[in-house]
Amino acid sequence: MKFGVVVFPGTWSDRDCLRIVGPVLGQEAVSIWHQDTDLQGCDCVILPGGFSYGDYLRAGAIARFAPVVGAIRAFAERGGLVLGICNGFQILLEAGLLPGAMLRNANLEFRCQWVHLRVENAATPFTRRCRPGQVLRIPISHGEGNYFADDATLDALEASNGVLARYCAADGSITPEANPNGSRRNIAGIINPGRNVAAMMPHPERCGEAVLGGEDGRLIFASVIETLAERSHAALAAGSR
Amino acid sequence: MPADTPPAEQLAVPDQRALDEVALTRAEYDRIVALLGRAPNQLELGLFGAMWSEHCGYKNSRPLLRRFPTAGPRVRVKAGAENAGAVDIGGGLAVVMKIESHNHPSAVEPYQGAATGVGGIVRDIFTMGARPVALLDSLRFGPLDEPRNRYLFAGIVGGIGGYGNCLGIPTVAGEIYFDASYSGNPLVNAMCVGLIEEGQLIPARAEGEGNPVLLVGAATGRDGIHGATFASVELDEASEERRPAVQVGNPFTEKLLMEACLELRGKGWIVGMQDLGAAGLTSSSVESAHKGGAGIELDVLKAPRRESGMTPYDVMLSESQERMLVVARAGYAANVAALFARWGLHSAVIGQVIAEPVIRVREGERVAAEIPTRLLTDEVPAYTREGIAPPELAALWAFDPRSLADLPDPNDALMRLLAVPDLCSREDVTRTYDTMVGANTLVGPGSDAAVLRVRDANDRETGQALALTTDGNGRLTYLDPYNGGALAVAEAARNVVCAGALPLALTNCLNFGNPEKLEIYYQLAQAIDGMAAAARALETPVISGNVSLYNESFGRAIYPTPVVGMVGLIEGRAPTPSAFQRAGDVVALLGELTGDPATLGGSTYLAALHGIVAGRPPRLDLDRERVLQRLTLDAIAAGRVRSAHDCADGGLAVALAECCIWSGLGLEGGAALPVAVGDPLAATALLYGEAPSRIVISVSPERWDEMVALADAAGLPIARLGTVGGERLRLAALLDVPVDELAEAWRGGLARALGRGPMPA
Repeated sequence: MKFGVVVFPGTWSDRDCLRIVGPVLGQEAVSIWHQDTDLQGCDCVILPGGFSYGDYLRAGAIARFAPVVGAIRAFAERGGLVLGICNGFQILLEAGLLPGAMLRNANLEFRCQWVHLRVENAATPFTRRCRPGQVLRIPISHGEGNYFADDATLDALEASNGVLARYCAADGSITPEANPNGSRRNIAGIINPGRNVAAMMPHPERCGEAVLGGEDGRLIFASVIETLAERSHAALAAGSR
Repeated sequence: MPADTPPAEQLAVPDQRALDEVALTRAEYDRIVALLGRAPNQLELGLFGAMWSEHCGYKNSRPLLRRFPTAGPRVRVKAGAENAGAVDIGGGLAVVMKIESHNHPSAVEPYQGAATGVGGIVRDIFTMGARPVALLDSLRFGPLDEPRNRYLFAGIVGGIGGYGNCLGIPTVAGEIYFDASYSGNPLVNAMCVGLIEEGQLIPARAEGEGNPVLLVGAATGRDGIHGATFASVELDEASEERRPAVQVGNPFTEKLLMEACLELRGKGWIVGMQDLGAAGLTSSSVESAHKGGAGIELDVLKAPRRESGMTPYDVMLSESQERMLVVARAGYAANVAALFARWGLHSAVIGQVIAEPVIRVREGERVAAEIPTRLLTDEVPAYTREGIAPPELAALWAFDPRSLADLPDPNDALMRLLAVPDLCSREDVTRTYDTMVGANTLVGPGSDAAVLRVRDANDRETGQALALTTDGNGRLTYLDPYNGGALAVAEAARNVVCAGALPLALTNCLNFGNPEKLEIYYQLAQAIDGMAAAARALETPVISGNVSLYNESFGRAIYPTPVVGMVGLIEGRAPTPSAFQRAGDVVALLGELTGDPATLGGSTYLAALHGIVAGRPPRLDLDRERVLQRLTLDAIAAGRVRSAHDCADGGLAVALAECCIWSGLGLEGGAALPVAVGDPLAATALLYGEAPSRIVISVSPERWDEMVALADAAGLPIARLGTVGGERLRLAALLDVPVDELAEAWRGGLARALGRGPMPA
């Protein structure tokens, strides 16, 4: 399977993403420059963490206009898998590919720490290797990860099972104390109704190797790989018919 | 134009005010006139002021710095040769590192001062062609009960995170200490570590007549003019007016510059590169030309500027951040410019390399300044003084711990000590830094040393890891400068040894007061001698460093504070943890277990609980230290050690408490201790004295006998203290406290000192 990792000039999780899908999980992985519109035939596009164009305005507010984002929008409309992580989440919100917005963390601090996440929807291309309700341990690293949307939007999101994961305590309970940034309803990750565009603030690419303190992040990428393998089998089967 | 044509704007002899402006003395001015054979004009005087400042020219410290050992079998780039030093770690890889101060800017504009301190040290690393892999910070503040210090603390911590987090370089370790001597003059020492492959080094040289010189990155503004000279005078009421001397950082531009410069490696388009730091365009062009044995001619009108009306003086002395001087090969300037443009960065050819070894500054056709580079480098005056021991030392050393009245109960003392700002958890600070980006952080903040996995250029793990730490104790150096200097080196090395790493080399930042005062000069010289002796004994050469003098506010000097950054190498095994690992393991102290009251001299206990800074700190025995470190490494290599933790600040009780808090495991300390029952002072000294050269280890019971045999053979004392287990820290009849209570005191210390409740998770 071929993964594309988008590189804005201020991106810094690109190498970590390339590593986990490449050397760690053995897939083909390429960088996609922000000025490019050619997605190089990738099966899944990752928008990684960082500060796209400095993000002095609002995180992702300028990046949504980048040529590559137009290509990603078209790719998503064709059903391509898009995963936004951290800054990638912010960009997907600004681009309108996912609902809601990011505010500064409620504690007004940048936070880099391990958090627990409860998988709310394990029936997606990005979470299918998780058990429903499984508690993952994954680091966050952001200053603007306070997910906000109005009640109607949140209700619609929940009604469509669009909440991918919530910040939780180690035992899986959803508590205010377990919420590291003030996100509404402890939301840490969401997915679109088409189930092909997903985003999360935590960094699964930082915990795909035991020496780094955890391997739960692998589950996200392994889910995508499994999905893509299934799709390509289906395509092959369709072709041979 | 012939070199002897007098440049324009010949200046009359400047008055004292004009000299103060550039921090030159009358004698220095006279020397400049003699060297030039004429009076300098105003711009030239500015160039001399910057290059002859302590910050650029090291005029007070250079003779002393020669005392450091700088050679070693692994040293690839020696101190002073490039922007940072480098040590070989095998496999075609070298570690590049340096630490640098940004104290004065941070004192008047804490956020930007600290941010640009990070920016400057990161540029030093990638200018050489090394990819930065880690940042560390050593910070000192005045007590947090003063509002001004809380403001400085919040600003400096915010600036470090704000800048470093944006770059994608993890901030993995550092230290924070507090003392009234740093009120008004906080210390901000930032360290950057990078990795470079063999043959990729980009030198900071300008050579090859006719090669174009490009100025790349941010446009030049009026910020930071006189930054170098500002760093070389004491702080006073007027310092607030120096705020314009502080630069403003843009980490996004730095990120672009970093990626673009790293992409330049191996293309064969450039001959050299030098970042613009202190004294901006002046020092970068003069130093690179001097290193290349050439000269540089440049035209200030060609430098991209932020505002109109800037004079040659403004352009040459601006310290606008995120700029780089690139010397391209003739014919390749367009390639270089196109590469930077791809990263959204401006560049402009502002001049060229010339054969004549001079810096010639033009403003269009007009020559605005012309000075032989030698006069701005080799001819910087060097001052050697005969220091005088501070007269108060004798009285301080005469302090007798037996005079202490009302010794607190040892359990209470431990609870209180763990909560003091010098010893409590730094998590409230470190969690605002990205500590993990890069996916190499094996051990982050909160251990003896941070540990980073090494990956080569092809993203292959080499089976190696770097252990990184900073260390320095101003109080101990104040009480005994030689010993304090030696301890900074020994403790830094001991920290990386505890992580299971072989110490390779060190970088250092010397933070002292005004060296023109002979007591301060004495502190500086003694501390350097102590550091040099320890660096020799522990075979850790000094590969880079920085000197920050004139750290005085309103005539009062900071504690003399040498800060050591150390790198160690772990090969073929996991890092050794600091925390206890398994119930049932034997806990022991390697080194002297003693109740000698003299070991309380200079201790954190005395300072924090009794408000006394006095006594003669226990002397470091370098032979003992070397044996301890070697034995610990041997035992770790042989798999005999489950955990190792340096026993230093706060003494044995604090070290044991930390091992318990970090693991959540208790200590069943039933062993007999060498303290007579009913001798509270000896008990206090045993628990809180700070005898050097000690490490707390835990060992699996099956390996205990071997461990003892190993220590005996090395002639090193080893004392069994008890076994890991339970929920309390118990040590004979001296200590008995629940670990969760210790943890609570330790975790909330900083928030309480800042006058706020515990932060929400």
